[in-house]
Amino acid sequence: MDITFSVNGERANVDVEPRRTLADALREDCGLTGTHLGCEHGVCGACTVLVDGEPVRACLMFAVQADGSSITTIEGLQGPDGELHPLQEAFVEHHGLQCGFCTPGMLMSGLHLLDTEPDADRERIRAEMSGNICRCTGYQGIVDAVEAAQKALDGEEPSAPRRRSRGSA
Amino acid sequence: MKCAPFEYVRAGSVEEVVKVLGEAGGDGKILAGGQSLVPVLALRMARPSVLVDVNRIPGLSAIRPVDGAIEVGALVRHSRLVEQQHHPLLAEAATWIGHTAIRTRGTTGGSIAHADPSAELPVVAAGTAAQITVAGPAGQRTVPAEELFVSALMTSLEDDEMIVRVRFPQPTRWGFAEFSRRHGDFALVTAVVAEIDGAVRVTLGGVGAVPVRATEAERVLAGGGSAADAARAASAEIEPTADLHGTVPFRRAIAAEMVRRALATAGID
Repeated sequence: MDITFSVNGERANVDVEPRRTLADALREDCGLTGTHLGCEHGVCGACTVLVDGEPVRACLMFAVQADGSSITTIEGLQGPDGELHPLQEAFVEHHGLQCGFCTPGMLMSGLHLLDTEPDADRERIRAEMSGNICRCTGYQGIVDAVEAAQKALDGEEPSAPRRRSRGSA
Repeated sequence: MKCAPFEYVRAGSVEEVVKVLGEAGGDGKILAGGQSLVPVLALRMARPSVLVDVNRIPGLSAIRPVDGAIEVGALVRHSRLVEQQHHPLLAEAATWIGHTAIRTRGTTGGSIAHADPSAELPVVAAGTAAQITVAGPAGQRTVPAEELFVSALMTSLEDDEMIVRVRFPQPTRWGFAEFSRRHGDFALVTAVVAEIDGAVRVTLGGVGAVPVRATEAERVLAGGGSAADAARAASAEIEPTADLHGTVPFRRAIAAEMVRRALATAGID
């Protein structure tokens, strides 16, 4: 099936089998291997991407369902010259990662939280990030990093496209 | 793992869904939010030959306050249930469903049709005497929630029927309490207290194959008994089973505490 979506602002046309998940389409058909696949059944959160501005588990959505959508992946976080996003800087600074496998999903969840609830307290940050499993850090560094990124971004414009289309898509 | 191959139909109307499901002769499945179905497919616990994607059908995403109730379209996502302000019990229950990236996709109709006895919405549906409107080849019919849930993951829906909306009565007093080991997990025990038409209903999730009404506890309350007595009655009348996550006495103890908390939230002592 031929489908078209936008990934990080660029148009992508791919021909996929209906059973191809969005995660596999991003990795295999678009070559965007920054989105990681852990459990492949919606438990670990490693494959979290933004679809029309909302975080989704890319292993629980078929690529054909994303036809016409606008998708943001971890690759979309980098600046024009490849520089790290302030949230990524904060993860480096505060030991928000060790092996890095869960990090793309963590960053996409964190990004959505920063954009929608820039004043979230530690308890909210912890609750929101609980949809992503990390087996290295023990989570303290991740919560610290999101909190630090809040401060770094305070007063700046939202960092990612903030399209809110709910319900019908 | 990857899903087995299937034929994909992007339906444009409820009638088309019913037709395609009928033609599939029991081998078709509705794809809504996919938060329960896709894991089942990925683990190859099911291999339907046809998936009917209902996500783009217009008219199924409305939340409408009606007389003494709200009507929720089958495609309303959990994240919208959290945000709506018409039905506070439903909003509270929806905050307990999975995580943000699950609530943005999971749908009301899907959760009810999946009929997981540990999921939040089936307990709220049974606990508030919700009415489920279902479309089939002969048109629409309405099923009371308690008749919809037949067993774990089983409903009285026919293979070619689809839930189009759910009508949740508005309780005058309500309480919701849930216990799970980790944030966002399915519940070990959920308790819903809802006062509807002057009668207090106590309903538990996670303690049987379907949401369970604690009728003894309700009798205790109707007879002027205390919340503590009602919680004890509920814990004694249920028949939970033991598994990896908890023994029978543990589940009974948790059930008593969840009923106590839900009653306290409802202002019933």
